Amino acid sequence: MSQQTILYDKHVQYGAKIVDFAGWDMPINYGSQIEEHKHVRADAGMFDVSHMVVLDLEGDKVVDFLKFLLANDVSKITSTSGKALYSCMLNERGGVIDDLIVYYLNDQWFRMVVNAATRDKDIAWISKQAEAFDVSVSERDTLAMIAVQGPNAIEKALSVLSDDCKQVAGALKRFVGQPCGDWFIGRTGYTGEDGFEIMVPEAEAAAFWDKLADAGVKPIGLGARDTLRLEAGMNLYGTDMDEDTSPLQAGLGWTIAMKDDREFIGREALVAEKEAGPVMKFVGLVLQGKGVLRGHQQVVTGTGEGEITSGTFSPSMGVAIAMARVPAQTTDRVQVNMRGKLVDANVVKMPFVREGQVCVEV
Amino acid sequence: MSDIPDDLKYTASHEWVKLNDDGTVSVGITEHAQELLGDIVFVETPEIETEFTAEEACCVVESVKAASDIYMPISGEVVDANGDLTDTPELINSSPYDDGWIFKIKPSNEDELEGLMDAQTYEDSIED
Repeated sequence: MSQQTILYDKHVQYGAKIVDFAGWDMPINYGSQIEEHKHVRADAGMFDVSHMVVLDLEGDKVVDFLKFLLANDVSKITSTSGKALYSCMLNERGGVIDDLIVYYLNDQWFRMVVNAATRDKDIAWISKQAEAFDVSVSERDTLAMIAVQGPNAIEKALSVLSDDCKQVAGALKRFVGQPCGDWFIGRTGYTGEDGFEIMVPEAEAAAFWDKLADAGVKPIGLGARDTLRLEAGMNLYGTDMDEDTSPLQAGLGWTIAMKDDREFIGREALVAEKEAGPVMKFVGLVLQGKGVLRGHQQVVTGTGEGEITSGTFSPSMGVAIAMARVPAQTTDRVQVNMRGKLVDANVVKMPFVREGQVCVEV
Repeated sequence: MSDIPDDLKYTASHEWVKLNDDGTVSVGITEHAQELLGDIVFVETPEIETEFTAEEACCVVESVKAASDIYMPISGEVVDANGDLTDTPELINSSPYDDGWIFKIKPSNEDELEGLMDAQTYEDSIED
């Protein structure tokens, strides 16, 4: 039995095509995925991300707990109220259980957002690890979540927020979130554009969605969410990395804080991996021929084979792009096996697109 | 409800077929097919003068979602392909039965058309 978010009726009302995503009935698009993508890059769009999981972690030792639980170091954010940190949560083998965002609210309280598809295993893992630190894990499942993204997203969202929340939201610096009554507003996102992710009590979610629509914010489906995040060079859990993938081979080395001797789950495995030297690396690809790159296509290089983890047609660039795991010695040119044909692709440093601007050579 | 013109013939793999006055046959994909695929971003049309037998994969339509083979509805030789699809593949989304036609063939046996579905049969088939 599929679950529906509190905004399901709104999606139907706004003409969504509904698909199953991780057990949820979610909008894949409201007409054209490409138009939705371009609208976010040029103006402002909104995404229902209520299926994602909000967890509050509370306790006197919550800082120590998160320093142990996460591969990134929450010490980076504990001097700024509301500051957010992106991190992987690893198993002992150094594989990725999930990637997540955690907000520092005070020394006894962090708020975490994890993926919907990994909800059960995440909560089980976090709760198990939390016992030793006497930290409570509470799911805030009566909060809906709406991401408003695009160059005009902030202005349009501020125009429909309550006076109190407008003040809070308007003062947010990038990658910071703050509560406002029962609401919570973070200046974060998954598109490579500026904007907010807004947690709103379920009872108020549909009315807020309508207000945003009236302010000219267009509903955007999961299809465009995927092409936007891929252009932005942001990984998708379960596709670009999983429990058998090291973050070092998923382009996430920048999120691993191991310069000091902090002990965290997965550290030993990553140390061993680093000492052995890199085998594979994670790169962006831009196709030089016709067609569309797709996940699981084989990448052929002079030093061995790799695989595309995420591929798509980039609406902003007009060509196919991909994320791929390839041999560490791979240089600037590879070939992709596309339905039996080898097609050239250039290796690039991601992101492909940030804040409406193409950052790589097509 | 999908638009399914009465004057065309259809395949189970969602191609439409139209017999032209000059004896050639135009082929495209149905409104229902383009809806399933979503935004079309690339079309590889078949090479002219190539001969195919019925149900052979002859070209590829790629959408944001998936690559999809187009199957030859009846046997014949490709005599024309829609060059506009190179730069504007979205014509298949906006006008699947007219501007979004994909190729034309000279049938090797016109009788094969009789084996295809009419509009009502196709409509029943996609409702299942």
